[in-house]
Amino acid sequence: MMMRGLWKLTWIEIKVFLREPMGAFGTIVFPVLIFLVVGRMVGRRMAPASLATSSFIHVGLPVIAAVLILVSAVLSLVTIISIYREGGILKRLRATPLRPQTILTAHVIVKLLLTAATLALMVLAGKRYYPVGVHIPLFSFTIALLIATLSILSIGFLIASIVPTARFAQPIGAAIFYPLLGISGLFFPVASLPPALQVVARALPTTYAVSLLEGIWKGDPWSAHLGDVAALTVAFLLCIALSTKVFRWE
Amino acid sequence: MPPVIQVSGIRKTYGSTVAVDEVSFEVNEGEIFGLIGPNGAGKTTTMECIEGLRTPDRGTIAVLGLDPFRQVYKLQDRIGVQLQQAQLQKRIKVWEAVNLWASLYQRQAADGERLLEQLGLADKRDAWFMNLSGGQKQRLFIALALINDPEVVFLDELTTGLDPQSRRAIWDLVRGIHDRGKTVFLTTHLMEEAERLCDRVAIIERGRIVDMDTPERLVARHCPERTVILTTDDPAAEAHFRAILQVQSVTCADQRFTIQGTGDDLVTEVIHCLSENHIRVADFRTILPNLEDVFLKITGHSIRD
Repeated sequence: MMMRGLWKLTWIEIKVFLREPMGAFGTIVFPVLIFLVVGRMVGRRMAPASLATSSFIHVGLPVIAAVLILVSAVLSLVTIISIYREGGILKRLRATPLRPQTILTAHVIVKLLLTAATLALMVLAGKRYYPVGVHIPLFSFTIALLIATLSILSIGFLIASIVPTARFAQPIGAAIFYPLLGISGLFFPVASLPPALQVVARALPTTYAVSLLEGIWKGDPWSAHLGDVAALTVAFLLCIALSTKVFRWE
Repeated sequence: MPPVIQVSGIRKTYGSTVAVDEVSFEVNEGEIFGLIGPNGAGKTTTMECIEGLRTPDRGTIAVLGLDPFRQVYKLQDRIGVQLQQAQLQKRIKVWEAVNLWASLYQRQAADGERLLEQLGLADKRDAWFMNLSGGQKQRLFIALALINDPEVVFLDELTTGLDPQSRRAIWDLVRGIHDRGKTVFLTTHLMEEAERLCDRVAIIERGRIVDMDTPERLVARHCPERTVILTTDDPAAEAHFRAILQVQSVTCADQRFTIQGTGDDLVTEVIHCLSENHIRVADFRTILPNLEDVFLKITGHSIRD
C-alpha cells in the first residue's frame, strides 16, 4: 500500500519536475552539452597530451562532472523541500496516511534517478574521448557514486531542515556546498592546501566523497578506500539523525 | 451513539503564547459543527490537534474512538482534511492530484472522476494547479478531502479569500457533504457562513471557548433584542407603539419609526397594535440579531477587529 503511494508520488514528482521550464534542460541536457563542449576543447588543444593533462581528462574531468551534477541535484532537493514546506505541500501530504519518510524518500529517488540519467548520458557522450581499451570500473564507480550521493544528500537534508525560507534555500545551499567542494581535493590535491584548511578538509564528508570517487575511477580496490566509505557512512547517519530532530514540516 | 469527536481540556502553547486553553467539546455524528472566532483565536490549532498534525500539551482527544497522536495513520485513513492556505505542486495536473490522493488510502477510494464532475472541475482535469483560480483550487482541495470517502471531513477557513459567488457555490457543496451523512467540522471567521451551514457552533476567543450551542439558541440567549422599522403618516401611532409592553424605545425620523424591544413576541405585538388601531403602514420590516451580534455581545468587540 505504502509502496503504491511511494511509486505514485515519485512518478508525479518526476513529471512535475520535467514540466518546469528549466527542468529537463537544466538538469540533463545542459550538463551533457557543457561536458561535450569542454571535452572537445580540451581534447583538441591538448591532443599530444602530457601526462598531467591526460590524467586530468581521464580522471579529473569525469569525477568533477559527477560531483558537480550530484551537488546540483542536492541543491535542487534543498530548494524543492523548502518550497514545498513554505507552500504547505509537505503539510498537506502529511495530513494523509502517507508516512513522512515516504514523502522524503520519493524526493530522494527522483534526484537519484535524474542524476543517474544525466550521468549515463554523459558516459555515452564522453565515450568518444576515451581511447578504446581504457578500462573504467563502471559498476564499482556507480556504487561509489551512490554512497557519495546518499552522504551528500543527507547534508542537503540537514540544510533543508534549517533554511528559514525558500528564497534563501538555493543561495545558502550553494554558499555551503561550493566552498566544501573547493577544499575537497576535487580541483587540486588536499595536500597542497594550507595546513589549517587541510584540517578542515579532513573533517568534511565531501573530501572523502571525492577521494572515494577518484580512487575507484582510477581502478583502486575497495580495500584502499574503506576509510572513505566509513567517513561517508558516519556523516550520513549523523546528518539524518540531526535532520529528524530539527526538520520542520511547515 | 458516542460522539464522533471528543475533545476535553486541551491546551497548546507556542513558547510563551497560549494558543488554546482548556478547550472541550463534542461533535455528534452527522452534524456540521463550526468553531468560530477571529483570526488567531486558536481555531486552526484546535483543528490540527484533532487531525493529528499537532500534539496538545495537555488534555485528551478521541476521533472515531481513535487517539490522533498514537493512531494517527489509522485516523487519517478515515478522515478528510482541507487545510488553510495549502498549496500543491505548481505543475501537478488536477487528475494527477486526485489520482495520487486516491492511492494513499487503504479505504476504497471514491470515484475521482465523479467527484471532479460534482465539484465542477471535470473540464479542468488536465489543467496545472498553478493555473486554477482560487475557487477552483479550493474545490480541488475539497475533492482531495473527499477522495477516501471519509467519515469526518475537516474544513479550515474554507471560503476565505473567495468572491461571494464562489463562496455560495462552496456552501452548497458542504451541504451536499452533510446530506450524504458525513460529519463536518469546520472553522470560520465568517459569521454568515457559520449561520448558514452549522448545526452547532462553538465561539472561541483567545484560545478559550466562550459559548457553544445552535446559532438560533445562541442568538436567543445573548441577543433577545428585536427591532421593527416601519413607515406611517398616522400622527397617533407613536403613542400606540409606546403602550406595547415589550417595547423599550421608539424613535421617529421623518415618519419612519424604529421600535426596539426584547423577546420573540415583540413583532407579533407590533402587528397586533397596527391592526387594532387601523394604522396604515407604507413599509414594515424587522431586524433580528445574528451571530455577529452575539459575538460582539460576548466578547465586547467585533469579530473583524
